[in-house]
Amino acid sequence: MDFAFTDEQVMIAETARAFFAENATSARTRRAMAADGIDRELWAAFCQDLGFAGVGIAEEFGGAGLGMVEFACIAEAAGTHVAALPLLGLATAARGIAAGGTAAQREKWLSRILSGEAVAANAGKWHVERQGNYLSGSFDFAPHGNIADVFVVSATGGSWLIERDAAGLKIEAPVTMDQTRPLATLHMDRVLGEPLADHLGAVKAMHSGGWICLAAEALGGAQACLDRTVAYAKERIQFGRPIGSFQAYKHRLADMMVEIEQARSAVYWAACAVDETSDEGPLALHAAKSFCADAFFKCAGDMIQLHGGIGFTWEHDAHLYFKRARSIQTLRAPGNWHREEIAKIILGDAA
Amino acid sequence: MKLGFSPAEEAFRTEAADWLNTQMAGPFKDIKGITTLTEKAERRKEWEQHLGEHGWGCIGWPKAWGGRDATIAQQVIFAEEYARAGVPGRVNHIGIELAGPTILTFGTEAQKARFLPGIAKGQTIFCQGFSEPGAGSDLASVRTKGRLETIDGVKYWVVNGQKIWTSLAHISDWIFVVTRTEEGSRGPKGLSFLMMDMAQPGIEIRPIQQINGDAEFNETFFTDARCAEDSIIGAPGEGWKIAMGLLAFERGVSTLGQQMAFRNELDEIIAAAKRNGSAADPLIRQRIAKAEIGLRLMRYGALRMLSNRDHSRMDGAALTYKIQWASWRRNLGELAMDVLGQAGEVTGGDGYRWGTLPNLFLYARADTIYGGTNQIQRNLIAERGLGLPREPRGDA
Repeated sequence: MDFAFTDEQVMIAETARAFFAENATSARTRRAMAADGIDRELWAAFCQDLGFAGVGIAEEFGGAGLGMVEFACIAEAAGTHVAALPLLGLATAARGIAAGGTAAQREKWLSRILSGEAVAANAGKWHVERQGNYLSGSFDFAPHGNIADVFVVSATGGSWLIERDAAGLKIEAPVTMDQTRPLATLHMDRVLGEPLADHLGAVKAMHSGGWICLAAEALGGAQACLDRTVAYAKERIQFGRPIGSFQAYKHRLADMMVEIEQARSAVYWAACAVDETSDEGPLALHAAKSFCADAFFKCAGDMIQLHGGIGFTWEHDAHLYFKRARSIQTLRAPGNWHREEIAKIILGDAA
Repeated sequence: MKLGFSPAEEAFRTEAADWLNTQMAGPFKDIKGITTLTEKAERRKEWEQHLGEHGWGCIGWPKAWGGRDATIAQQVIFAEEYARAGVPGRVNHIGIELAGPTILTFGTEAQKARFLPGIAKGQTIFCQGFSEPGAGSDLASVRTKGRLETIDGVKYWVVNGQKIWTSLAHISDWIFVVTRTEEGSRGPKGLSFLMMDMAQPGIEIRPIQQINGDAEFNETFFTDARCAEDSIIGAPGEGWKIAMGLLAFERGVSTLGQQMAFRNELDEIIAAAKRNGSAADPLIRQRIAKAEIGLRLMRYGALRMLSNRDHSRMDGAALTYKIQWASWRRNLGELAMDVLGQAGEVTGGDGYRWGTLPNLFLYARADTIYGGTNQIQRNLIAERGLGLPREPRGDA
């Protein structure tokens, strides 16, 4: 029995925490929000100075090795500061290429993605028709699709690499509620996709990476909501007392902590299950994604309520967390879908 | 970070499971699957002795006192296999998990020699005398009095007052009692921790019938009840410190065994849902999935707590455990009733006695109260876990 971080994992987590605390400041994140949703300087330092982009990608592909537990430590720290980074693309598209790409695709793209030179994205729902490897229609809501250089897209029966300047591809980048992770729609008119060698392998890797990334970000974000609200509760005086001394207030903070500790168990259970290729993998992933997203949303909503009016302003960071939480709830399938997948595992199909 | 157990730990699991399953298939078949603490009490006492005889009574204790010096992992495994085998709860869990560890930590060598062998052998059943009618959530406002008196040239602690919610007092041999031994003291000061023999005329027990019809709890009255002078654990006035130390033992390895019992309950709900078709209802499916998630997260939360070598970092997290499982189980009881439908609201037996799931629904209302209500838990989490200012106290 050893469900505790190793010394190396603790060190990675501490390095990541210090890096984001120092660099992913509110001012920098807001500059990225006002522009295209990425703090490029931060991303370059993340990829090059720290080599974090390669965590969870095998060394033979130019990655740093290590596993999803280490990746989750990093994603948690990024989520703590709502960092404006294309981390989800790394967890999905890059992992998809590593797991299912052809040798040539890995060769061409992975080192560029892991060095930060190229940004990769994975798109969500598809409405496409295909003729061979020609795709027509659209893929909805690719996170950081507005700035991605390469996309990994999947539809029934196949996954493809598509470069940003592919003939027939038009990228529509609407204003996105969570400005730290803009969503873009890919419109395709007979775009020639370059097929991955192992479609199902790629999809599996993108699912596990994406769900763990979102769950870990949510955990970090939820903890930040609690920490910031606790600090406020101790300094804000009303009725002659710090508001954190009122039970109606402190009990909500306690409830946040109860959810967060469960979310922490969920993230590291799922990450460990993937690293160990445990039979519990699917259950753990669906549990982590759905539970952590909901926990984060609850904490972010409570953060606004417990700050009162200041929490409703643009100036305060509460809305960054609130919007990120909402976006995590929907990204890569909503909670009800994940819970139904769990129901299928334990109850079988409905009817 | 790893999910599972080592091969050596798994070998221990097999050994424990084999032994437990053999007992439940053979000599103790008649108690298998009982889920209340009160049913077949005499047989349950025999089971405690049987565990003791075969060295399974208190495996976490030191070998010198009848234990096995089992590692935390082994204790977790035993607790899991115990529940998985359908073995009913320990009627001496207070003795094994609370009284014993308290004596081991705070007792004198003479007290260890006096009490521990009986508990280890399953021959001394303990109950706990903490709560009083006027001291529930505010446990420190204890009024039961203890005073040292000389009777026929021998010094005794003489106790007067009343305890309440004394679980299993009616089948217990001994009780540990928090008493106010310093006249005029208030709150946590001036309390002492006494061990008292239940078999004496000064102690009277009245059962409390609960909402499920069962009577696990009691009122315990002390009228010039006595214990020898050296039956005090720690020094006079140290009772609060010892009682609080003892509550810390409650957050121990038994949680994993408790979870295996929850697993059995959830499995019973899943089976019922499949039987009566409610497993096809999308809302029921969502709730069962949520229950499954909650149970798994409880397990990994407990493993996180028990695996952690840096206990200071986990203390805050450990505070969340009680409200988490209690609320989860209360929801589980409600889910059980929604799965059963009206069939869950009638019982076929004679008398007001309920099957596992309706009983779960009723009993779970106690889970969010005993051992610190959900509201007290939130105070503890906020004040100790998050460092928020304390609730101002009245001057009662």
